[in-house]
Amino acid sequence: MIEFKLPSLGADMDQGKLLEWKVKPGDAVERGQVIAVVDTSKAAVDVEIWHPGIVEELITKPGDTVPVGMVMAKLRETGEVAPAPAPTIPPSLRKPASPAARKRAHELDVDIDKVAGTGPHGTVTLADIEKAATRPATAAPPAADRQAEMRKAIAAAMSRSKREIPHYYLSEAIPMHRALAHLARANEARPVTERVLMGALQLKAVALTLRRFPELNGFWRDGAFQPGAGIHIGVAISMRQGGLVAPAIHDVDERGLEDLMRALADLVKRARAGSLRSSEMSDPTITVTNLGEQGVESVFGVIYPPQVALVGFGRVAERAWAEDGALRAAPVVTATLSGDHRASDGHRGARFLAALREQLQRPEAL
Amino acid sequence: MKTTYREAMRAALREALASDPRVFLMGEDVGRYGGTYAVSKGLLEEFGPERIRDTPLSELAFVGAGIGAALGGMRPIVEVMTVNFSLLALDQIVNTAALYRHMSGGQFSVPVVIRMATGAGRQIAAQHSHSLENWYASVPGIKVLAPATVEDARGMLSAALADPDPVVIFEHAQLYNVEGELPEPWTTDIRSAMVRRPGRSVSLITYGGSLPKTLQAAEMLAKEGIDAEVIDLRVLRPLDDATVMTSVAKCRRAVLIDETWKTGSLAAEVMARIVEQAFYELDAPLARVCSEEVPMPYARHMEEAALPQPQKIVAAAKGLFA
Repeated sequence: MIEFKLPSLGADMDQGKLLEWKVKPGDAVERGQVIAVVDTSKAAVDVEIWHPGIVEELITKPGDTVPVGMVMAKLRETGEVAPAPAPTIPPSLRKPASPAARKRAHELDVDIDKVAGTGPHGTVTLADIEKAATRPATAAPPAADRQAEMRKAIAAAMSRSKREIPHYYLSEAIPMHRALAHLARANEARPVTERVLMGALQLKAVALTLRRFPELNGFWRDGAFQPGAGIHIGVAISMRQGGLVAPAIHDVDERGLEDLMRALADLVKRARAGSLRSSEMSDPTITVTNLGEQGVESVFGVIYPPQVALVGFGRVAERAWAEDGALRAAPVVTATLSGDHRASDGHRGARFLAALREQLQRPEAL
Repeated sequence: MKTTYREAMRAALREALASDPRVFLMGEDVGRYGGTYAVSKGLLEEFGPERIRDTPLSELAFVGAGIGAALGGMRPIVEVMTVNFSLLALDQIVNTAALYRHMSGGQFSVPVVIRMATGAGRQIAAQHSHSLENWYASVPGIKVLAPATVEDARGMLSAALADPDPVVIFEHAQLYNVEGELPEPWTTDIRSAMVRRPGRSVSLITYGGSLPKTLQAAEMLAKEGIDAEVIDLRVLRPLDDATVMTSVAKCRRAVLIDETWKTGSLAAEVMARIVEQAFYELDAPLARVCSEEVPMPYARHMEEAALPQPQKIVAAAKGLFA
């Protein structure tokens, strides 16, 4: 092993500041080669080495001031075998997270890799996970800002939708007396707190109908339609302070009505408390909006990109209804479909609404 | 009532001797000299040479004699001057006292109480500064106590005497002069660990002579905004896991403070149990502050450097936060 020491470059020099290395580990050097630039307080000096070898280690860092005689680098003789590197523990590929954080992340369905750690060495702690779980987007801005942020986000998404998506709109009046009667009967057997509301029934009907119309359930991306992996319905929820979110209830077609009702109630509660999960925000394959409670007859919604359809429900109201050659008063709802003409055509959209109408005439199948 | 650890221990001895004729005290210099740490001062005059017995300098012999007396129906309190010399009696304690109940199929019990001073910090060098509580705490068949407060010094002895099996009591020599408030009435069990200072950010788990240092560290941490909880293990065998796990589950971080050497320390045992029982509660790796792995130095500054100190505890605790 050869030691390269800071030489004295003048009688009055007792230390020098390394400005630059001209070599790097592994380089072969020859006798007389300039390997470093050192500032001696008078001038920057090119320092040569007088022994050939291979650079093993550069000890002094540029910017360091070292005394004359200090070992600045180590070289091995040409032909000398490089020493075996000390065994090192391979660095973990996993993001450091405490056991408590991992457990909680699993419970809250938080992706640890996306959470910034505040523990020792950037370790993700329990508090980091809980903070991340209540903050679906990025950092939670203060309330006033959040409102402005939300307005901006809605503006961007809706502008994009109207710019990019060629919407077509269809509507269909659907008699609801069978669905209402069925719901009333079924709810008699349920405790008050577990009663199923019409909203849940409509969601289930939409989901089951969508099974036969996959071109309405999915995304338009990169110039092509991608069917959704499941029927994850985004439910438009208006926020008290203004704005709205449309987080997903997953696999709506596979859920029982009670389960769906619970999921819906939970989603509304959490959406308003600001504790939605990232998967709920990113997964919806279609959106359903219901403005019936606001008293409106029908709603033609703007599709939330990159989704390709939006189903709207107005209020269920008594109307004159002709059926089987007779006129009667019946509860009726207007269902609408906003479709992305790139992904589907009005013909299929019409078939969808007709199928939805038939589905709601067989409420026992929901 | 204000009292010292030494006075509390003496009061406990006096009460035991006065209340039960089967109780007697024996050991090196316990009588005429009044005890190496002056704990038994005055007891010879009060109770006479039959019950306060000076022994020859043979730990093996007088600990064995104590075990024999216990088997014969007496309630001996054997004082071994320090844990350092107890190694000469290890055979009697580990091979005899701890095993007789088991090996006699429950026919013999050995209700002996063995008291000994432990610990370093007074510049008495390597041979007189050991902390070996962990050795004893690993032996089934004995109970191991570490009173760290005047209340425990006053109360643990009678509970130990009431126990039908051998009990070893470790009295840290640095504690004898410590003054504290003795509550009236005091309540002492020999089952549970205790929270000496409630907190919620980090559990500082310790016992014996390290308790005052740990409490001091907790105050230093409080000034830096870290709310430490201090757990006094008190009973080193059997360990009270529930109190430890409750604290760890609350604070999610823990530092173990123990004057024994790090390798195989009692701190190591408690850490292992936390990992076994409370792994998913943790928010940081466990840390410990033990004695450096060197024979205890004589020089004061080196001895201080080798022992757990409040600054080291503070540094270890802060290392568990970002």
